[in-house]
Amino acid sequence: MGYFEHLRAFLHERYRLGGLVDLATHKTVPIHRHSVWYYWGGMTLVLIGIQIISGVLLLLYYRPSAQEAFESVRFLMTRVQFGWLVRSVHAWAANLAIFCAMVHLASVFFLKAYRPPRELTWVTGVVLLFLLFGFGFTGYLLPWNTLAFFATKVGTEIAGIVPVVGPVVQIFLRGGSDVGDVTITRFFWLHVAILPIGLMTLLSLHLLMIQLQGMSKPPWVKSNRSMPFFPNFFLRDLVAWSLILGIVLCVSVHWPATLGEKADPFAPTPVGIQPEWYFLWMFQTLKIFPGHLFGLEGELVAVGLTGLAGLALLLVPWLDRPARREQSSWLVWAVGVLGIAYVVGMTGYALWVKPH
Amino acid sequence: MTGYRLRVALGLLLCPGFVWSAEKPNSCVECHKQVEGQTRGPATLAAEDVHFQRGLSCVDCHGGDPTAMDPQAAMDPAKGFLGRPRREQIPQFCARCHADPATMRKYNPNLPTDQYAKYLTSQHGKRFSVGDADVPVCISCHEAHGIRSKKDPASPVYPTNIPGTCASCHSDASIMDKHGLPVNQHWDYSQSVHGQALLFRGDRAAPHCASCHGSHEAAKPRTVAIGNVCAQCHSLTRDLFAKSPHKAAHEALGLPECEVCHGNHLIRKPSDEMLGTGQDAVCVSCHEPGSTGYVTAQQMRSAIEQLKTHMASAEAAVRHAAELGMDVGDAEFELREAMTQLTQERTYVHSFSAATMEPIAEEGTHHALRAEGQARQAIREFHFRRQGLWVTLIILALVVSGLLLKIRDLERSDSTDKMDDTSPRDSS
Repeated sequence: MGYFEHLRAFLHERYRLGGLVDLATHKTVPIHRHSVWYYWGGMTLVLIGIQIISGVLLLLYYRPSAQEAFESVRFLMTRVQFGWLVRSVHAWAANLAIFCAMVHLASVFFLKAYRPPRELTWVTGVVLLFLLFGFGFTGYLLPWNTLAFFATKVGTEIAGIVPVVGPVVQIFLRGGSDVGDVTITRFFWLHVAILPIGLMTLLSLHLLMIQLQGMSKPPWVKSNRSMPFFPNFFLRDLVAWSLILGIVLCVSVHWPATLGEKADPFAPTPVGIQPEWYFLWMFQTLKIFPGHLFGLEGELVAVGLTGLAGLALLLVPWLDRPARREQSSWLVWAVGVLGIAYVVGMTGYALWVKPH
Repeated sequence: MTGYRLRVALGLLLCPGFVWSAEKPNSCVECHKQVEGQTRGPATLAAEDVHFQRGLSCVDCHGGDPTAMDPQAAMDPAKGFLGRPRREQIPQFCARCHADPATMRKYNPNLPTDQYAKYLTSQHGKRFSVGDADVPVCISCHEAHGIRSKKDPASPVYPTNIPGTCASCHSDASIMDKHGLPVNQHWDYSQSVHGQALLFRGDRAAPHCASCHGSHEAAKPRTVAIGNVCAQCHSLTRDLFAKSPHKAAHEALGLPECEVCHGNHLIRKPSDEMLGTGQDAVCVSCHEPGSTGYVTAQQMRSAIEQLKTHMASAEAAVRHAAELGMDVGDAEFELREAMTQLTQERTYVHSFSAATMEPIAEEGTHHALRAEGQARQAIREFHFRRQGLWVTLIILALVVSGLLLKIRDLERSDSTDKMDDTSPRDSS
């Protein structure tokens, strides 16, 4: 017996790992013409891994205060060996993680993988996407540059629109009436402590559920063809991960993250301030909404509708009743297509109007 | 006369401000507002006048009785009515208060009281004393009514308005020809570095006519004083000049210091071409080829050109690095330091000694070389990053190829081993 066998025997004896190992070794991945979508969750996962590693490295130099944040990031980028690369990778992998998570969500939606018994996998996935948005929103402020400062100012103002809880949330996020030194402390706290705890918990549950229940197959696929998860699919996963790592490195080297000017709280808001791309569709919705609608504040209606859309997304497994009976519904399909068209269209529209 | 009185009486009746005003009555303004013609003007300008703003009124200059409603009584010489002063009376008329510290202290303690005395020493004042009607008196520059503070941008003596105010006479050939004076000063000044700064950029720190010539004491800056006039702003240059060999030479030859090279009204932005022995160099107008001054001029110019060459090379490298998207903040800082040294070197030209300029040139070159070194380092770093990326991508490509081969291997053996197992399952 080699050392590895000894170790396995040691662990088996004490922790009865047999069940888990059985799950992993016996898990299979269905083979059909939609199998390509099975890779996107794994790619999101590896990007989150990159985020954890690069984020931990950034912590070595980053200082969360209005006085030092900008300078510390500047120092990291100009003086620290490979500091520029770590920050660029963190910024790019963040965007790609959100993109992959969105594609993953859309594919799961259209392949109806949220059908019973996988409702909770879907719910944890949607909440994970919301958490990624939270990471993006809080992380954007941390370099304390002009763009980030004003985007956060506008972003937290939007939070204040929500009736009753809005102003409380706004004050809580800002740590005062305006974006300032305390805000940076709070966003840092959310970004490196609170959100990671939530992410780790939900991600573990999400992965555990997938391991326990195996991969879902769309209701209309009748074939039983499959491949073992380990090693066949896992090796393919590794290929996808290598590709995504290559993409992250390419964009990070060719278009390194920039820093811009240090935020000046007393400067007037620059024109054309926009949030990160994944918030653009919400931002543009708010901008084009009429001032008043049905006797309510237009902004309030827009925020309310966005909130309802989020809630509906969370409850998709229960709202899609035909899927619960293993049936496809053109209505659900149309709602999904329209939703994607709206988000993509609004994002494009916001990017198009920006220069004007 | 009856018609005039009737008009005034009618005006008074129709004037609610006068009848119902709770303030101290001022029949001068109320009546003059109603009349037509030249005497109406002063009344309409009263509100803008700095004297009115400080609580003075018509009576304080012109005398009379503003409480009397009858024009005869109001403008009664027995009540001290002086009327309109004649032109030759004006300087003294104003000086009654403006040359009296006790009076001025009551209204504006900051205002000097020597304007009249200075005026009498000026060329304007001297000509005035001998009865020259062309020279300006107080109201020529300050207006008679509606006199504004010199801090008021609408005042004719506000810094940016002064050149135009002086030019209203000094660019008028019909006046200047009589006195044998040129009329091109304003044009020259407006083309000069000073005029451009003041008139076109609105930089009120730039000198106007009065900055060099004085205002009330206006005079030609005489030969010996020119250096001091320029030194009001260019003090370091003046100090260097005073210690230079040029000082004694200019004094001995009676030359007007700064003006010899830079001119007076048409002072252009100085260029490096002014220095040395080239076509546009001013040095060669005095220094013969082969003389010590000639050689020094050459040395000083080459010191400046050397630094400029280093800086140009560094700038090109920094620009290249910036175009590649590299951070060049530190290199730009070094370049700014070099630029500071170049500016200082140009100032130290006025020491007229190559040895004095040498350490400055060295310091500037040091910063320029550092900037270039940092920029080149950034460019190398850029290429290193690109190469590093390629190496990484090749490694990743190898890993991917290995994985793909492994998958093919695995599945080929799978399909040969388990063909029988999987086929029936597929068909079921």
